[in-house]
Amino acid sequence: MKKLIYISLLLFFAKDVFATIIHVGKEQNIKTIRQALLLAADGDTVLVGSGQYHEQNILINKSIALIGINHPILDGDNKYEIISIKANAVTVEGFKLINSGVSSIEDFAGIKVYNGKDIVIRNNILENTFFGIYIQYGINCLIENNNLTAYSKIEQESGNGIHCWKSDSLRILGNNIIGHRDGIYFEFVKNSIIWRNVSEHNLRYGLHFMFSNDDAYICNVFRDNGAGVAVMFSKGLKMIRNYFEENWGDGAYGLLLKEISDGYIENNVFDRNTAGIFMEGASRIHMEKNQFIDNGWAMQIQASCMEVTVHNNNFKGNTFDVGTNGNLVLNDFNNNYWDKYEGYDINKDKLGDVPYRPVSMYAMIIERNPPAMILFRSLMASLLDKTEKVLPSLTPENLKDNHPLMKPLAL
Amino acid sequence: MKKIIKYVIIDILRNKIVLAYTAFLLLISISIFNLEDNSAKGLLSLLNIILIIVPLVSLLFPAIYVYNSSEFLELLVSQPLKRKTIWLSLFWGLAVSMSCAFFVGAGIPILLFQATATGFMMLGAGLILSVIFVALAMLAAVIARDKAKGIGVVILLWLYFSVIFDGLILFILFQFADYPLEKMMVAATAFNPIDLSRILILLKMDVAALMGYTGAIFKDFFGTQMGLIISFLVLVIWMIIPTWLSLRKFKHKDL
Repeated sequence: MKKLIYISLLLFFAKDVFATIIHVGKEQNIKTIRQALLLAADGDTVLVGSGQYHEQNILINKSIALIGINHPILDGDNKYEIISIKANAVTVEGFKLINSGVSSIEDFAGIKVYNGKDIVIRNNILENTFFGIYIQYGINCLIENNNLTAYSKIEQESGNGIHCWKSDSLRILGNNIIGHRDGIYFEFVKNSIIWRNVSEHNLRYGLHFMFSNDDAYICNVFRDNGAGVAVMFSKGLKMIRNYFEENWGDGAYGLLLKEISDGYIENNVFDRNTAGIFMEGASRIHMEKNQFIDNGWAMQIQASCMEVTVHNNNFKGNTFDVGTNGNLVLNDFNNNYWDKYEGYDINKDKLGDVPYRPVSMYAMIIERNPPAMILFRSLMASLLDKTEKVLPSLTPENLKDNHPLMKPLAL
Repeated sequence: MKKIIKYVIIDILRNKIVLAYTAFLLLISISIFNLEDNSAKGLLSLLNIILIIVPLVSLLFPAIYVYNSSEFLELLVSQPLKRKTIWLSLFWGLAVSMSCAFFVGAGIPILLFQATATGFMMLGAGLILSVIFVALAMLAAVIARDKAKGIGVVILLWLYFSVIFDGLILFILFQFADYPLEKMMVAATAFNPIDLSRILILLKMDVAALMGYTGAIFKDFFGTQMGLIISFLVLVIWMIIPTWLSLRKFKHKDL
């Protein structure tokens, strides 16, 4: 008898604990999501059946889970922002959002978080949206496994894929972003992680950091973006195991570091970029175990950089290993493998006995006089390079690797 | 004409110098590809050979050959043969043997180890350069009657095309650094077949670096279908004009 009382008591309170599930769909009583949202209370789940929904703007201002079954299509009819979130603890999962509005005054997005905590945006497909997923004032949000595709050809008419502004503790995991302005954009975002995303064919940057401190991006692929990846005015960033590939063109870099300090760059691959890494005003950056393969310039390190340490990296098949614009060198290169190294190793400690100078004479000439590129690899240019190796005059005296590796590192 | 070409080729083969040149190229290219762990780097070393050795040998050997066969030429002229036929046969004989030597010596290793776009471009460039410099050598040989002078001219020509021309370009680039010279540079390459072939190869080899600031201008021209066609036409003109000039000279030459 006692047991029965307990159970009935439990069931009585469970009424509040178990949230209700509201079904939306063609066959259901509730046909539109808007209607469902009016009925829902905090903690409820709204399940949306497959089909196409033209609901203008869907505003979520309750802590609910909005879940699509078989990716129901939410169409913004090229006029509206599709989902706006103005509450905490909201989940949006399993939708296909297409055709958001485009505006140069308002930042219309597929899904926009105006201000919220603990928001989950998962497994959605976004096509032809202006901004894709827009987080502003978000805390502890998860953006996971979304596919974002945009088709605009002009920078002014396209927005960023995942745009984060003034947020904290975001997790951006496993998203694919194609054809936006910037694939992922961070401005004033701290303590966040970007992990296993693929960002390619974006018009400007694959990833764009501004004023965002103490973030990490790990195991991402940035391929064939208009200008590669830009990381600016930030500190305490960790960049680990990313791929930077095929960013070609004037002013296109695998990774652009501008006014960055206290960065840690490890185990990344820079493959076929016009410039693998371009550094300007970077300080206290530690780079190790990275691979630079078949780039035009593996690294361009301007004289404004200081305390950059480049240790144990592989440089293979790059047209120029390092480029610079002055004679001041406050950085440290050591124990890297350079495929152009011509020294020897008498004591067999696997380190070359003569230093390697990664800046070639001709790289300096091209820096000063770009059209001289036309004479690159001519007999004349090789002669200049050889004489410079014997008597350095134009290349910076201190930019050298004192103990280059004889064999590439296995990375 | 066929008979004379055949005779010239047999004579060149008997001479063994071209065979030695072939063996030399073969040895170098195979060792380059085997020594370097990275065959793309081997291609780079091969580039220097194509741009330096091939023009040098293709200039020197044909010039000396023409001087040494002056008696044979006199004999042929006394026969009922047109001078045009005689001269062109000599040209074809030399051109075919030099290009064959290049093809066997460097072309086959390239095809074996690096059958990529860069490799094919190199092969094409080497073959065309061989023919162009045979034509230039014959022009020098027909103009200068004196053998020492002729060979001197040929060596100067080589120096000019491989070093002096580039030196001049570099000089102009630095003297007029404040002016936009990119387009002029593209035009300037037309005056040096070595430079032109080098750039065509670079476009395949250093694509990433060439996509940078000025590189892009070269890429926009040479990288397009049209630019490629124009470049090849220019190279063909480099074959035709010296041949035509030397032929005109030979027709009226008092042997």
